[in-house]
Amino acid sequence: MEVNVKDEQLADLHAMWRIRVLEETILQLRIDGDVVGSVHLENGQEAVAVGACRTLRSQDAVFSTYRGHGWALARGVPAEKILAELLYRQTGVNGGRGGSAHFSAPEYGFYGENSIVGAGAPIAAGAALAAKFDGTGRVALTVFGDGAMNQGGVSETLNLAAAMDLPVVFICENNKYSELTPINDMVRNPDLSARAHALGIPAVRIDGNDPAQVSTAVGLAITTAEHGRGPTFIEAATRRITGHYIGDAQTYRPAGELEADEKNEPIVRLKNALAAQGVAASTLESVEQRARAEIAAATERALAAPLTDPSTAREHLYV
Amino acid sequence: MSETAKLTYGGAINAALARCLEQMPETLLFGEDVALPGGVFGVTRGLRKAYGERVFDTPISETAMLGAAVGASMMGRRPIVEIMWADFMLVAFDQIVNQAANVRYVSEGRLSAPMTIRTQQGNAPGACAQHSQNLEALLLHVPGIRVAMPVQAQDAYDLTLAAVACDDPVVVIENRTLYAGAKAEVQIGGPIPAIGGHRLRRAGDDVTVVTWGAITSSVEAAVDATGISADVIEAVWLNPFDTDAVLASVRRTGRLLVVHEANLTGGFGAEVVARVVESGVSLSAPPRRVGALDSRIPAAVQLAKTILPQTDDIAAALRSLVAH
Repeated sequence: MEVNVKDEQLADLHAMWRIRVLEETILQLRIDGDVVGSVHLENGQEAVAVGACRTLRSQDAVFSTYRGHGWALARGVPAEKILAELLYRQTGVNGGRGGSAHFSAPEYGFYGENSIVGAGAPIAAGAALAAKFDGTGRVALTVFGDGAMNQGGVSETLNLAAAMDLPVVFICENNKYSELTPINDMVRNPDLSARAHALGIPAVRIDGNDPAQVSTAVGLAITTAEHGRGPTFIEAATRRITGHYIGDAQTYRPAGELEADEKNEPIVRLKNALAAQGVAASTLESVEQRARAEIAAATERALAAPLTDPSTAREHLYV
Repeated sequence: MSETAKLTYGGAINAALARCLEQMPETLLFGEDVALPGGVFGVTRGLRKAYGERVFDTPISETAMLGAAVGASMMGRRPIVEIMWADFMLVAFDQIVNQAANVRYVSEGRLSAPMTIRTQQGNAPGACAQHSQNLEALLLHVPGIRVAMPVQAQDAYDLTLAAVACDDPVVVIENRTLYAGAKAEVQIGGPIPAIGGHRLRRAGDDVTVVTWGAITSSVEAAVDATGISADVIEAVWLNPFDTDAVLASVRRTGRLLVVHEANLTGGFGAEVVARVVESGVSLSAPPRRVGALDSRIPAAVQLAKTILPQTDDIAAALRSLVAH
């Protein structure tokens, strides 16, 4: 079947706009005081989530970091349920127990964010381990940042997954910053994929601002896992064009870096590419507006929902 | 069908694990050296041969191992993981406290982590400071996980079954000095018990002694040596803890002694005393605790004896309580 590249690119653009607008909305809700606490946005990194999630199947399981709103959205979790979660509403995916940084929605194959750097990797390996016995054909995908590569548990997990041929895809979103510190100051070898390679895991370095490249890499990783050949490691180069958390003044960035990153961020890039192919400005505009309308309506509904009842605070501690 | 077998403590755990693997196809058993070698203490001997790939060895990677248990249990498996020494659990505490304990609560019950961690703790002659600690209080401070501490072979069998069948994370803390002890009659094959409850090891009227772990036998010896009429309540489950049974006994005896091998400060004995005092039950003597003198644990046997509670210490505490 012939794939219409332009349609696929427009779909990617729409998916990335949905994440971008969701994150912009969350920022505004945080500024307005409707959302409180620590919030981590993924502006600029949308292509990784979009390219990966459009390639995953329903039986697959995603384990993200606290920078995970977009991963959940790309996985199919409705924006309203994500926003309601951040707003601590009854209609949130976890009724507000997870909040911005620690929510899950297993009914959408989103097994959760994690607020401990790198901790989702071993759990994803466990989901892959289960697949060896449960006949679901599940592939587990875990995404973490470059900083997580310096957590021991990630190294342990890479080796475990390799030794046991577990069907797991490791995506390292290398956005150059280990929280607020340049990753290259924290490692000798800036090629993070080399570590996975050293453990016997097929490892690739890709342009993480190109959803098509991410999709191709994830597709190959799924095929590898399906053939019983175990894990794949994907180092996706990207940049966050916002702070590590809302309120991060980013004084650590060299002058001019953010401006350069903004020129190369995935939405700008894909828009330019589509325009160069002759896609009308009005078409590109309508893609963005469609996303804006969806998120605006979702926000309205989320804000209108009742807060989770305080009397339920100790429910679900045990079975 | 229930039947009786003569089993050691370790043999009883092995029998329980075999039954879990036999009757619960979703169980997995893994850890360091548990499959091919059958465990450093031999507790899992023969299980790999009998149950194949569901029993497997892992790298020496506690975080990966416990994280894999969390993830597999979220997906409906029922992993049983051996952490060779409780001290090693600290290497991977994140996966117990931040991960396993949070799964059900934070997901509002949409996910659960029905995993069992088997480990063993406590001092034995010559064990170094990193292989001697009694760490149950660390776990008891964490809502979301259950904690069991069997001492007798029958309890080792029953509590292991109950732990594996439980739909929440359970840590079963065993004791290596008991694995190869005398064989005892163990009822096997009966219904799988629920978690919780206590065991009354001695019945008496003048003092209530609450204890858990291998030191229970020292408590029994102290009670027998002093001839004091004591209720000895062995808390085989520390979470859930049978507070009601303790209160009912203290209401009758008016005196409380708590004995554990763990350090005194922040030990669960303090919690037991607090619960009794807060209940307002009438006491005829101030409650007492006997535990390790807050310290690191030395390898030298004669030094460790000074730190860890001995039968004589327990007997002295009993005598002073009833003399009050």
